[in-house]
Amino acid sequence: MNDKIYKYCLITAVGLILPVGVGIFLTLLWDAMPAFEKFGVIEFITSCDGNSVAEGEKYGALPYIVGTLATSFLALIISVPFSLAAALFSGEYYRGKRFAGIIDSAVAMLAGIPSIIYGLWGFAVLNPILVSMKLSETGYGILSASLLLAIMIIPYSASLTKEFIMMVPSELKEGAYSLGATRSDVIAKIVLPKCMPGIISTFILALGRALGETMAVTMVIGNTNFLPKSITDTGNTMASIIANRFGEADGLQMASLIAIALLLFVITFIVNLTGKFIVKKLKA
Amino acid sequence: MNQYPIMKIKNLSVEYAKGKPAVKNINAEIMNHTVTAIIGPSGCGKSTLLRAMNRIHELYDNINVTGEILLDEENIFRKSPIIVRRKIGMVFQRPNPFPNMSIYENVLSGYTLNGIKLKKSTKNEIVQTNLESVGLWDEVKESLQKKGTFLSGGQQQRLCIARALALRPQVLLMDEPTSALDPIATKKIEELILQLKNRVTIVVVTHNMQQATRLADSSMFMYLGELIEYLPTYELFNNPKNKKTQDYISGNFS
Ligand SMILES: Nc1ncnc2c1ncn2[C@@H]1O[C@H](COP(=O)(O)OP(=O)(O)OP(=O)(O)O)[C@@H](O)[C@H]1O
Ligand SMILES: [Mg+2]
Repeated sequence: MNDKIYKYCLITAVGLILPVGVGIFLTLLWDAMPAFEKFGVIEFITSCDGNSVAEGEKYGALPYIVGTLATSFLALIISVPFSLAAALFSGEYYRGKRFAGIIDSAVAMLAGIPSIIYGLWGFAVLNPILVSMKLSETGYGILSASLLLAIMIIPYSASLTKEFIMMVPSELKEGAYSLGATRSDVIAKIVLPKCMPGIISTFILALGRALGETMAVTMVIGNTNFLPKSITDTGNTMASIIANRFGEADGLQMASLIAIALLLFVITFIVNLTGKFIVKKLKA
Repeated sequence: MNQYPIMKIKNLSVEYAKGKPAVKNINAEIMNHTVTAIIGPSGCGKSTLLRAMNRIHELYDNINVTGEILLDEENIFRKSPIIVRRKIGMVFQRPNPFPNMSIYENVLSGYTLNGIKLKKSTKNEIVQTNLESVGLWDEVKESLQKKGTFLSGGQQQRLCIARALALRPQVLLMDEPTSALDPIATKKIEELILQLKNRVTIVVVTHNMQQATRLADSSMFMYLGELIEYLPTYELFNNPKNKKTQDYISGNFS
């Protein structure tokens, strides 16, 4: 292809991405304005929906922000040991062996399951298990959603982490072994530190996925609008409240939902930026 | 210094694939406080032999090592590989300081990796003496906390030697330790090898025959996995008995 045409095609494509991103942000902001104007940004972020007739039509994002952050971070924490173990097994301990293949297939299988199936499984299997373990009365709630999210993000963090682990040059590992290091020393003191920036960025990516995951969470979190006090409480995430309400919402309620969408957008953005920042710090 | 064979290699064979040994039935004795060179054409099994000597092959599946290697009359294959590798250190072709560690930490890495705790003063002493041993102390004493990977290639290689020496090994294995370095850095490493001979027995693989004559007391010539000839270096280069050795040192093949 002609070099010039090639370049113009690229420029056009890139030139479209930015306006689309900015455009989405601006239109969301525009549509959310009524909610922010009515309640004030800070008040909107730090309060709950109104429950009494006396309060009138009142919306607040706090329970959903808390729900989103609690489920996502809990899911992240739960997923870390499993992802690391899977990545270390298939990328280091059993590298190239049959067992590694089995782990990889299991991880790939988890990655391929659609969100709705996770949700259904959570509803039909996980919730009853939580009930029988006396961890929850109905099964629904933050805990159930977090567990489900953890299972959903493990494939991403495990497979990416494995890539980073496998990239550690064998010269480095052999250097450590030839000083008498044991395998666990080599992993803990050479391999993991070497890929730490990569692993952190992987987990932040996974956190980003958890923040936005909607369908499965909506099906198990219980969909209540008050502020959850413990992980066994029911609640809603920002994504799940939108999924719940957008169908019948209008006016101020719709503006409030869009305001929540905008906040989710901002939170995800901040998480990604923080991730980049941490990785940069670690690499230096 | 009275000399005795510190290492005895007996019927050593290494197979990467069943029935196709890369190193065949090697028998050799290595005298203490000497430098022994292993020479031979590419692919003849030099690295494979060297890596058998500190049991690095065991890190990989499917590599089959048979025979014995005695260190001070003890079969290294019967001992813990951890102990063996601390006594038989290794320096690699490409300098490989640990990138997550400072220069200071790199020198001590043999201890930290093994979970050995040391007093601050002991640490400082180990770092200083070993960096002095490799002639790096004056160059880096102001920047001990910098990452080892900031050093030049030659400095990195000397840091790796210091790291190996810090564990006070009896034997130091070096696989083409200068092939990634420029001539000046190479010269420094060569001088260092000659100095270190007083403390440690050195086995060095080299592609460079001049280097073997400059450094080694004895030299092994390998060809197609076999040890063809093992003689005092001067003898090997001036009076080779075997036609293959003659051809190789006269540059008829490489
Ligand atoms: N990891 C491995 N798997 C399979 N075969 C190998 C492996 N490493 C080396 N070999 C083979 O074993 C033989 C000896 O290799 P080795 O690396 O010991 O040679 P070398 O003498 O060190 O060569 P060079 O001078 O090129 O470094 C070669 O035929 C090589 O292809
Ligand atoms: Mg080699």
